[in-house]
Amino acid sequence: MNELVKQQWLIPFLPLVAAAVQALLPRTARKLSAGICLTAMGASCVLALRAFVGTLGHHEAERAVWNFVWFDYGTTRLELGFILDPMTAAMALMVAFVGFWIFVNATGYMSDDENFTRFFCFLSLFAAAMLGLVVANNLLMLFMCWELVGLCSYLLIGFWHFKPSAAAAMKKAFITTRIGDVGFFLGILLLSWQAGTLNLYDGGNGALEQAGALAGIPGWFGWSMATTIAMLLFIGAMGKSAQFPLHVWLPDAMEGPTPVSALIHAATMVAAGVFMVGRMFALFAADTSGLALNIVMWVGCFTALFSATIAVAQFDIKRVLAYSTCSQLGFMMMALGAGGLAPGQFHLLTHAFFKALLFLGSGCVIIGTHHEQDMRKMGGLRKYMPVTFGCYLIGMLALAGVPPFAGFWSKDEVLLVAFQRNKLAWGLATFAAFLTAFYMTRQMFMVFAGKWRGHHEPHEVPWNMWLPIAVLSVFAVGLGFFGAQYGHYLGAHGEDPHGKWIVMGLSVAVGAAGILLGWIVYGRRTMEHADEPDPLAVKLGALFTCLNRKWYVDEFYDATIIRATMLLGELWRAFDKLVIDGILHGIAWMAWGVSQVVRWVGDEFFINGGFDAGCESVRLSGREFAKFQAGRIQGYLRILCLGTVILLVIWYLK
Amino acid sequence: MRTDWTIYLTFLGAGLIMLLPRNAKNLIRWVALLTGAAGLALGLHGCIVYDGTGFVHLANVSWIPSLGVRYHLAVDGLNLPLVLLNGIVCVTGILFSWNIEERVKEFFAFFLTLIAGVYGVFMAMDLFLLFVFYELAIVPKYFIIAIWGSTRKEYGAMKLVLYSFVGSAAVFIGVLAAFFAGGGQTFDILEMAKNPIARHVQVWVFPLVFAGFGVLAGMWPFHTWAPTGHVAAPTAASMLLAGVVMKLGSYACLRAAMLLFPSGLAHWQWWIAWLGVIGILYGAAVALVQKDFKFIIGYSSVSHMGFVLLGLATLNRDGMSGAVLQMFSHGIVASLLFAVVGRMVYDRTHTRQLDELGGLAKVIPFACVTFVIGGAASMGMPGFSGFVAEIQVLIGAFKMSPWLAALAALSIAVTSAYILNALHKVFYGEDGRDVQSATAMPPISVPEIVGAVILMATLVIVGLYPQSLLNMIQANVDSFLGGMR
Repeated sequence: MNELVKQQWLIPFLPLVAAAVQALLPRTARKLSAGICLTAMGASCVLALRAFVGTLGHHEAERAVWNFVWFDYGTTRLELGFILDPMTAAMALMVAFVGFWIFVNATGYMSDDENFTRFFCFLSLFAAAMLGLVVANNLLMLFMCWELVGLCSYLLIGFWHFKPSAAAAMKKAFITTRIGDVGFFLGILLLSWQAGTLNLYDGGNGALEQAGALAGIPGWFGWSMATTIAMLLFIGAMGKSAQFPLHVWLPDAMEGPTPVSALIHAATMVAAGVFMVGRMFALFAADTSGLALNIVMWVGCFTALFSATIAVAQFDIKRVLAYSTCSQLGFMMMALGAGGLAPGQFHLLTHAFFKALLFLGSGCVIIGTHHEQDMRKMGGLRKYMPVTFGCYLIGMLALAGVPPFAGFWSKDEVLLVAFQRNKLAWGLATFAAFLTAFYMTRQMFMVFAGKWRGHHEPHEVPWNMWLPIAVLSVFAVGLGFFGAQYGHYLGAHGEDPHGKWIVMGLSVAVGAAGILLGWIVYGRRTMEHADEPDPLAVKLGALFTCLNRKWYVDEFYDATIIRATMLLGELWRAFDKLVIDGILHGIAWMAWGVSQVVRWVGDEFFINGGFDAGCESVRLSGREFAKFQAGRIQGYLRILCLGTVILLVIWYLK
Repeated sequence: MRTDWTIYLTFLGAGLIMLLPRNAKNLIRWVALLTGAAGLALGLHGCIVYDGTGFVHLANVSWIPSLGVRYHLAVDGLNLPLVLLNGIVCVTGILFSWNIEERVKEFFAFFLTLIAGVYGVFMAMDLFLLFVFYELAIVPKYFIIAIWGSTRKEYGAMKLVLYSFVGSAAVFIGVLAAFFAGGGQTFDILEMAKNPIARHVQVWVFPLVFAGFGVLAGMWPFHTWAPTGHVAAPTAASMLLAGVVMKLGSYACLRAAMLLFPSGLAHWQWWIAWLGVIGILYGAAVALVQKDFKFIIGYSSVSHMGFVLLGLATLNRDGMSGAVLQMFSHGIVASLLFAVVGRMVYDRTHTRQLDELGGLAKVIPFACVTFVIGGAASMGMPGFSGFVAEIQVLIGAFKMSPWLAALAALSIAVTSAYILNALHKVFYGEDGRDVQSATAMPPISVPEIVGAVILMATLVIVGLYPQSLLNMIQANVDSFLGGMR
């Protein structure tokens, strides 16, 4: 492991080199560009696998780190470093593996795009940033990669920036996550100040290794220092992982090409926040009061439920998935907050597989239906796209938490830790799980069942698009069985079986109930026409509209925070114009008046005082240039000279 | 080669240009460019050979003995980065002025005079000398704006000159007071710093000098010259204004006000820090609601210069070295952004109104890429120099008060909002606007590309390898702080 960690840098470095090479390629080198991108990603994947295998033989949470100096001056030195431990190894492998298959899919999805080369360049850069974030043993390095991830996602969401909706979405995504980053940034500063280092692990001196000590120092708001820092970092995680109230950007980000949605907004980038909380878990858990963890748990729990309700009433195939991502991220946060590091991280991994599968599947649907995203205009695709249907079904069952698919096992573990920590959180999360099963069933019936409601006949997609989802669906089935091993692997000391059967039983029951209800509402009688009202809308009425409008959160932000900021800007601009410049203009007029009055006196002084020639030449050149403009510079120069002379005279007299 | 030759060479270049025939426009441009490049090379050389600590005295002779004025030039780790900055901005400014056709001779003569004056200010170690160079830099500024400027150019030029002269007057009074209170023996900064004047005098002299210089640094509430001045100025002058002239102010604050009046500084420290924070947020919020592309960048300069003031006020090594690095970094970023706005966009579209622009990414993609990179640097993205500078300022501010740091950090979000807003309005969005129909828009010229690449490369090099500048800044901040105690 100590040798392996020294090669960790290669994992993000290869895609980075690929991005650099691609940036120099001409636009027509499409095949070459995709080839470079896939080769680099594949190689990273192999390296990540090797690192992962390297960690397997070791028991408990063993880790190797390798730090190096970035810059140092005097006594301060800033180090960066790489880490290899189970959490990193598993995450890196997931990112590289899922990323690879998404890239394969993208070669099909983007095949008609004229900026194909640039797209793959951005994808490579994105992968490099994400992998760098995962292998970083330094919070500053993590933050740098984090920002690069944000920048790449901005570029990728807005890849079709000629669409106004995409341009708006890219801006919103960047600014919203940036608001979270303010907190993250402050947390980093505070940590660097308090711990004296940003290395996470450093042979006992790392920031995380001092978490216990930080818990003993008072911080702000009456919290301990550890809790204060953890909360600031959590604000960053809320932005990146789209937790309420910073969740608004994620659904809009679906404006990007679908592989981007799969890569960024399902499998990897949004997972960065959860991963970061997991990475900094020691800090969150340091305080014995458990305050930091409780906040994380409740934010996660609320987001899980809140987004699930919105997903119920969306019509865009990708938006349903987007809100389900928000919701699932909420589950992960809740698990972490309930103290379950392993369940939270495990759900992150399984979710990445089946959500990437679902997104890529939706991409296949969109391509197969000639760029249609509205589920009301789909239907009956089971017949036209059998492979896509099969894979999508697996993904849907995994997400809905049906045994034995992966999502069932990991979600079950999440619910179990929640149950053991707080019954109310567990109850709400279980209800969210019920909604999940319901909206996924709704989606399945709207898209794949009934008869085709669109215009052109849909078709199955080429192999390079369905192969990735087929591969991913294998993992969506099989990965769940490794939950217990993953816990051991991360160093968890056995699972507390308390309440296990109740939780599991109820989890299965609500999953089944959700699917059943979905069938009752949408399956018994499928939609006939695209303009038919949604049966749920008929039942729920105004509530449905409210859900469809996403609880009007966007409207609320527009009316409050955004308007207030703009108003403040306008106010200050007016202040500049009226007050500050007003005073200035007043002084200017006064000076002008005074200079008129003292003109002849001033001239006397100039001539008699014989102030040095430089001043005179300036005055002359001023007169020379007065031809070109109508300013009154001579007046002011004169005042300045006058003042100088007066001061000098005073000094001579003294 | 000694670094003070930058001053003489640049003056020489200006003189040479005055002797050239009026119509030899290309010759004039090349002479200017070569002069600028020579200055840059000298500055770079000075940075490389500098051994890390203390002063390198370049000239120290008596000038006006009766007043104790000396011609004293020296470099150390605090002004060398700025000398380098001045060289870079000079060369790129000339490149971005390549298309000026009106009164070329006068333009470059004024331009180089201004640059020479700035070099002088950065290296002067005598208050009187500093003041002379300072005024020498202001005067050509006025003519450049008033003759080659645009939008309300007389007003903008007048406002700038008025502001800076009022500031100068305040400084002058303060300097004289310090001179007399110190016994009237010397204007030499290093000599004066050895014998600080009485505390109660410092307490009222310090704000005069600091605010007087602070005017030019865009210190709130004396900042309103900056946006109007930037908007009125031709591209190269905006670059100079934001790139180096604002640094004249902040550098002089550091070198003169802070060094000479430590007790006054201690008394006013919190005021400066809060004025810095107000400037940061105020500038960012006003930039958010501007409709004119150049005003946005103008107000963003106010915001970024707030970081310099905040960093200086922290009086700790993190904050202060961050402030010096921020001076350098913002000089480059602002030059780059003004080059995009003024040269690449305005000279082609003849409008700066956001509502009249749009879709330029397709017409002039290079300008779009440049703006994205400059914008990313401006919003403090890691990998660019601004990040390293701002993170240090914020760490320093944190140690002073978490509130300062927290409020200043808020600007990170607002900055990305106004940068992206401008980016989207100007470069993205739908086509078909009037300005678009001009498909005859000239492509980006070679001088523009070279200039932009120099600036972008600097941002990245310093961003990825900040040690290149930080080493010398840090060592000198330490001795600066040591000297104050």
